[in-house]
Amino acid sequence: MIRNLFAAALVAALGAGLITAGLQHFRVTPLILHAETFEGEGGHSHGAEAVVAAHEHPEGTPVHTHGEAVATTAAAPEEWAPQDGFERTAYTTLATVLAAAGFALLIGAVSMFANIPITFANGLLWGMAGFVTFTLAPAYGLPPELPGMPAADLVARQVWWTGTALATGAACLLLAKTRAGWAFAVATALIVAPHIIGAPVAPDEASAVPAHLATEFAAVTLGTALVFWLLLGTLFGKLNDTFAARQATVPTGAVA
Amino acid sequence: MNTTTTTSTGLQSLSISQRIIAGSLALMLGLTLLVGTGFAGDFRLHNGAHDTRHAMGFPCH
Repeated sequence: MIRNLFAAALVAALGAGLITAGLQHFRVTPLILHAETFEGEGGHSHGAEAVVAAHEHPEGTPVHTHGEAVATTAAAPEEWAPQDGFERTAYTTLATVLAAAGFALLIGAVSMFANIPITFANGLLWGMAGFVTFTLAPAYGLPPELPGMPAADLVARQVWWTGTALATGAACLLLAKTRAGWAFAVATALIVAPHIIGAPVAPDEASAVPAHLATEFAAVTLGTALVFWLLLGTLFGKLNDTFAARQATVPTGAVA
Repeated sequence: MNTTTTTSTGLQSLSISQRIIAGSLALMLGLTLLVGTGFAGDFRLHNGAHDTRHAMGFPCH
């Protein structure tokens, strides 16, 4: 059964992740690349200057000097990054599939703890809950950001993002378990609280990234995330049903 | 009759301890993957997953 859970989660994540990576490649990444051409022109910089300031040397990093590396590639940061083109696309695809697997295992865990199965019949609901929890609620306070846009402190944003996802997810779970009056009140409080506390506010700096690029990016990432979550929920549910049906045909006690 | 067969193979057939073990394993692996792709400070993980972070709405830089 544990094997079934992991198999369903990972295969669903592979399917949903690859399709999402395709959407990202054609609709999202071009906007990121376009925005990067404006980086350093506005107040915020992700270029060499910012990188050196926050530069970390994990154990095992060979000794190197920053000056040389910066000199060899004029504007590029000296730290490792995938080469634009195939390598960058491959890393993005891999990261998207791994993140998809992370989300799939997370909702699989919630399903186990809460004793609510993920099936083909309720897969869309799981997907909607995932979208609201991990995309829409965090984006309500922290809109999808393009490189080069002003943003508040990273750790503060990560804390708020995580807290908002936890509270919103708990609200969805509560309503899935009971529709009692008090549950609606508690769920509403859980959903609203992070937004009353408020997301970390970005500094009021001018950005060189054009507004039309930012609005298009926000709409496209939210739409792509919705597709991802609906696919993930539906595929996960379908696979769970399939594995359960297959197990039913195996005689009791037989090693599957 | 069919209903009995179906429910006995689904989630309801698992004991609480089985669900907790499966859920804990999935939770640990899932969180590791999400932290690695969406939250890690290490520059190699950050740069490798950069476009995914922006696309999935994770705070990035």
